[in-house]
Amino acid sequence: MFNLLGVPPQVLFGQLLLGLINGSFYALLSLGLAVIFGMLNVINFAHGALYMVGAFVAWLLLTYLGLGYWWALLVAPTVVGLVGIALEKTMLSRLYKLDHLYGLLLTFGLALIFEGAFRHQYGVSGQPYPIPDALKGGQNLGFMFLPNYRGWVVVASLVICFGTWFAIERTKLGAYLRAATENPTLVQAFGINVPVMVSLTYGFGVALAGLAGVLAAPIYQVSPLMGTNLIIIVFAVVVIGGMGSILGAIVTGLGLGMLEGLTKVFYPEASNIVVFVVMAIVLLIKPAGLFGRER
Amino acid sequence: MRSLLLAGTALLTLAAAAAPAAAQVSDNVVRIGVLNDRSGIYADLAGEGSAIAARMAAEEFGNKVAGAAVEIVVADHQNKADIAASKAREWVDTGGVDVIADVPNSAAALAVQGIARDKKRIFLMSGPGATALSGAQCSPYGFQWTYDNYAMAAGTGRALYEQGKKKWFFVTADYAFGQSLEEETTKMVKSLGGTIAGAVRHPLGTSDFSSFLLQAQGSGADVIGLANAGGDTVNAVKQAAEFGITQSGQSLAGLLMFITDVNALGLPSAQGLMLTTGFYWDMDDQTRDWSKKFEAKAGKKPTMVQAGVYSAVKHYLKAVEAAKTDDADKVVAKMRELPVEDMFAKKGKIAANGRMFHDMYLAQVKTPAESKGAWDYYKIVKTIPADTAFMDPKQSGCPLVK
Repeated sequence: MFNLLGVPPQVLFGQLLLGLINGSFYALLSLGLAVIFGMLNVINFAHGALYMVGAFVAWLLLTYLGLGYWWALLVAPTVVGLVGIALEKTMLSRLYKLDHLYGLLLTFGLALIFEGAFRHQYGVSGQPYPIPDALKGGQNLGFMFLPNYRGWVVVASLVICFGTWFAIERTKLGAYLRAATENPTLVQAFGINVPVMVSLTYGFGVALAGLAGVLAAPIYQVSPLMGTNLIIIVFAVVVIGGMGSILGAIVTGLGLGMLEGLTKVFYPEASNIVVFVVMAIVLLIKPAGLFGRER
Repeated sequence: MRSLLLAGTALLTLAAAAAPAAAQVSDNVVRIGVLNDRSGIYADLAGEGSAIAARMAAEEFGNKVAGAAVEIVVADHQNKADIAASKAREWVDTGGVDVIADVPNSAAALAVQGIARDKKRIFLMSGPGATALSGAQCSPYGFQWTYDNYAMAAGTGRALYEQGKKKWFFVTADYAFGQSLEEETTKMVKSLGGTIAGAVRHPLGTSDFSSFLLQAQGSGADVIGLANAGGDTVNAVKQAAEFGITQSGQSLAGLLMFITDVNALGLPSAQGLMLTTGFYWDMDDQTRDWSKKFEAKAGKKPTMVQAGVYSAVKHYLKAVEAAKTDDADKVVAKMRELPVEDMFAKKGKIAANGRMFHDMYLAQVKTPAESKGAWDYYKIVKTIPADTAFMDPKQSGCPLVK
């Protein structure tokens, strides 16, 4: 069969699939960021930290209460979502009238506090989290060995991403949300409680980060630094996709994951900068991002 | 009023002049600066634990040596060479620090080594692994105590070769430390007659290793050598288990692993790994006893780096006691003369290039069934005698070796 630059196709397919798996994490995280930016106009720098909190909640549940992975999938996003709502109610809501920069600074500070607190308590090496029994093992696909858990991550995140996109773009509730971002006063006049809706949106956005944290726990170390490692790439994904564009976040997340996978075959040293090279090019050609619209 | 001031000044001058005559210790304090990563990726393997170990050494002397008080100061270099350098300079110039200890992260250690050499301050390296520190960049005042990249490569590389694992593939962290570790291991494997199937270099702080592991799997190598450290190693090992690499017959070798890494991985993922270490808490009564005291203060068992800080500081204080001064040249002479004898090193000896020669240990991580509880992680497979564990000083490239 064909060989591309000396790389056999089996290797190529394998890397594309792995890229898709990493891409699902990017998609899930950037989706939450896009929802929050689109609806609240807040650049949520605490997203990575809340992703880390999600993973830690899963670990704490397992270690201290004996509650396994499937419970964590439910409980951890709820906990993170509630934390998010509390943050929005007490702090973020005071900043909506100010420049974006203030929201960014506040959430950045919060991220540092979360990380510092967990680092102080649990150290930097991280904690092990086992793969749930039902998803252990893997399939031999001929060109590669696919662990069942990774397959599950792709499926779960695609379902969640599509569900979110559908809820916001195709349902009545989503229509209210979008209307409220365009003209909050008018929507409020129709009898809809906009502040509550905004709080819930923020809560939902960060709950997605918490969920991604639980999904990541069995693959990576549950470590206080796990959010910092990922958040910058995720921001780049959002910028490339177009700030606030939900479809953009999903498609770009998956696409960049695969591009990164390919880079790891051809020139691994560059695998952590390829995303930023793409970002620079996109910003030069289409400043609003691939799926964004000019405001 | 004026005469009073003059008289006072004269008195003070006299007192200042008299002080060194009374005790041969500068400003009557032996100040030990523990400089390491206290918040980043190496904070668990060194960090506050190293400071605790240094304090434990000082306490054994009653916090007093040659009639002067012993004081431990600490600082965070954040894994940045420039911060490490400016902190070291500040300590020496204005802080009255006599000796700098630990400094994990080879880049930071190389920066401090230069300053310590220029300012004639003793530098006790427990954390850094670069062989250059006792090679081309050696110093008459610098001592590499616990391990180095050569010892890691020689220990693990040779052991796996002897098990018939002759074809290597490297997953290497793409910076000075990782490259040096890969290079040392390559030399060792080739000198024994083994071959290198390939290598892949990943950026520092990579979270997903699946792609690199797949390339390693496809290479047909017997051994996948992880020339990286800390979180990178932990993630790579964990994901290798996930992708069934060890089950399919390839071995995994962590070329630099600490007990905190094994603790972070958990035995189900780490079991069977071969590694080289300079210290393990559960070797004899002395190590168990010391580690118990350490655990009471730190909440966990010591890593080899932390135990090495204890040993180095203790040996330094012994030398000050014997020399009855903290004058760097005299203390260095005593340090080289006295054998290193404590729970960490038995009959340790400092070579001309500053390398402290002591036995190293080849360990294998226990299976969950073999482990009797928390921190019961290693089986010591064999002791690597000091003279073969480290590089021959003549080949180190250190100009001090004649």
